[in-house]
Amino acid sequence: MINIILTIALSLFLLAIILALYRIIRGPSMPDRVVALDMIGVNLISGVAVFSVVLSTHAFLEVILIVGILAFISTIALSRFVERKDIVEHKRNS
Amino acid sequence: MNISVIVEYTGVFLILIGGIMAVISAIGLLRLPDVYTRSHAATKSSTLAVLLSLTGTFLYFWATENFISVRLVLGIIFVFLTAPVSGHLITRAAYRSHVKLSESSTEDALKDVLFNTETDK
Repeated sequence: MINIILTIALSLFLLAIILALYRIIRGPSMPDRVVALDMIGVNLISGVAVFSVVLSTHAFLEVILIVGILAFISTIALSRFVERKDIVEHKRNS
Repeated sequence: MNISVIVEYTGVFLILIGGIMAVISAIGLLRLPDVYTRSHAATKSSTLAVLLSLTGTFLYFWATENFISVRLVLGIIFVFLTAPVSGHLITRAAYRSHVKLSESSTEDALKDVLFNTETDK
């Protein structure tokens, strides 16, 4: 019973990732793709947690923190790139 | 049926509700017209989905193995703090880089304040 419910939840997270992947491919503008990428990261966190419940191990719980931090940093960097067209500001010698 | 089995089934049920919320949020990401409403769908309800599933995982490990995972609580707090911040940042970058609103939106109160007073545009 528990395994059936957890398998259904994992396939629902997979379905959400596939729908967000459609938005990445067909997105009209650059911020649409960044929003969909952030949502894929969040769903990946949930998928890792449910997968850790399925295998009944504690070994994957660090992956949640790492993926969360990487998704946040990458969203900040991409939004800065969308706004200012570069990420690392360099001094111009003029 | 003792208390740990009840808590275990509560955790699994929370995980299932989190999966359903993730699919609803993805449908909102597909169907809404422009990037600002899509950011609403992607940020708020997807945060709710991940909080529900992480809370369900925490309850499951607490019920079955008497294991209170500090890393999982840290992940819950981190996602709850950073998801609205990233949504706000990408929406602000989209507005400042002239992404159009949808056709059905009626009012753009920020446009006169932000774009007409700049002289070097």
